[in-house]
Amino acid sequence: MKAIRILNRSIRDAFKSVFRNFSLSIASITCIAITLVLVAVSLVLSANVNQFTKDIENELSIVVYLKSDVDESKRTDIENSIKDMSSYQSLVLKSKDEWKKEMQESLGELNTILDDMEENPLLDSILVKVKNVNDLKATTKAISELDGVESASYGKDSVDQMIGIFKIVEKAGIVIVIALVLVTSFLISNTIKLTIYSRRHEIEIMRLVGTSNSAIKLPFEFEGLFLGIIGSIIPILLSIYGYIIAYDYFDGYIFSHMIQLVNPSQLLLTIAITLVIVGGLVGMLGSWHAVRKYLKI
Amino acid sequence: MKLIDIKECSKVYKNGVTGLANLDLEINKGEFVFIIGQTASGKSTLIKLLYREEKPTKGKVIVGGIDVAKLRNSKIYKLRRKLGVVFQDFKLLPKLTVYENVAFGLETLGLKSNDIRPKVMKALEHVGLKDKVRSFPDQLSGGEQQRVCIARAIVNNPKLLICDEPTGNLDPDTSKEIMDVIDNINKELGTTVVMATHDKDIVNRMKKRVVTIENGIKVSDKMKGSYKVHESN
Repeated sequence: MKAIRILNRSIRDAFKSVFRNFSLSIASITCIAITLVLVAVSLVLSANVNQFTKDIENELSIVVYLKSDVDESKRTDIENSIKDMSSYQSLVLKSKDEWKKEMQESLGELNTILDDMEENPLLDSILVKVKNVNDLKATTKAISELDGVESASYGKDSVDQMIGIFKIVEKAGIVIVIALVLVTSFLISNTIKLTIYSRRHEIEIMRLVGTSNSAIKLPFEFEGLFLGIIGSIIPILLSIYGYIIAYDYFDGYIFSHMIQLVNPSQLLLTIAITLVIVGGLVGMLGSWHAVRKYLKI
Repeated sequence: MKLIDIKECSKVYKNGVTGLANLDLEINKGEFVFIIGQTASGKSTLIKLLYREEKPTKGKVIVGGIDVAKLRNSKIYKLRRKLGVVFQDFKLLPKLTVYENVAFGLETLGLKSNDIRPKVMKALEHVGLKDKVRSFPDQLSGGEQQRVCIARAIVNNPKLLICDEPTGNLDPDTSKEIMDVIDNINKELGTTVVMATHDKDIVNRMKKRVVTIENGIKVSDKMKGSYKVHESN
């Protein structure tokens, strides 16, 4: 019961203190809000880069051309060999007639040349998708060594380069978010130090009358938590409305239909929860760190 | 019965200044003891050791059965709950009323508000401020503020009341009133009082035990003593 009373009192005092030290609270909240806006922007960007990377990765496939003398049973053997590979995900057959039809549709006036040929000069092919893009290179090499395979390729250099860039972007996103969280907690810690400095006599008296360190720290930690949560409201609203407006404006896509934006309903809930948690935790940690100085722990 | 037992206690500060040197002192329950000495004589160091604001460099300081030297920072509250401290500069919270200032400590200890009220009113009655419960510190005179501070120090019925120059900021008449309040607490509640002061009139008038400290050394300890710092050598 005693612990509950101390907890109740801490929450009540923390709430009072937010309003009693209003100007300092506003400073803390603004500082939290600004940094959380940056965190929100980097979360939105990294979520979209992730989605784009995954989309591109899903589109990447190995084009396997079969030799012209490969018959149906031989082709089935090749398919089975590919399916046995550990990195195999799916495959689609594309006959030379399908290729011809596709080429005729896209080549326009040149299609008469293909019409004029008595025999289809193209090759039957298999489009293979792998589970992990990192296995593309090794799988392509293994397939090209199979009997009856004319060639196997996946765009090599350009794909390798693109995957490399995406990996860097993904890692940079994580580093930026972590750096921002650290900067936020440092700023909050300093702002809360100001609040605590103005209340150092209160802490001194608490210590004198025999209040335990944890009971002294508790109201300040709750205060940090409240400031963090209040500070996350504006960034949450900004990211919800900002992202929905941007999503509608671009109609869900950037650069024609190449980059599809992440659906707002999936993304925004995650971002809102993340911002509340990050704001609250960082506020609490900042207070915890700042109050330690006055407790000689 | 001993409440305070100090043996061969020395305190040397980080800058090399000696606060106390080989001090031995025993104070029994219910005693009223003045600690006197000139500025920087070591009396404040002794007071600070008693409520563990400072730690001794060497020797033993036992207060109410607690070995102060071995007390970790995180456990200081255990000692402080057994004692009350009164300062020269009052240390009241200006935004709280008299009642709230006295109740402040009890609230942070997690006591029920039903239990807090009678304790606070009793403490305020002892210091004669029952009719000022709703006033704020800046509406009170210096003497009244010091009374609030005393009420806060005794509200939890401590065994020991430590006073560090409680009359330092007060005029002689008000000082006398404050001393009467503290003397009454000592007599009526049986609270042990240890008071550092250099107010000659008070010490000479009250005829209590007087411990004189000079340059960190105890130079005299007399049962109905008086203020004779320079003659005590």
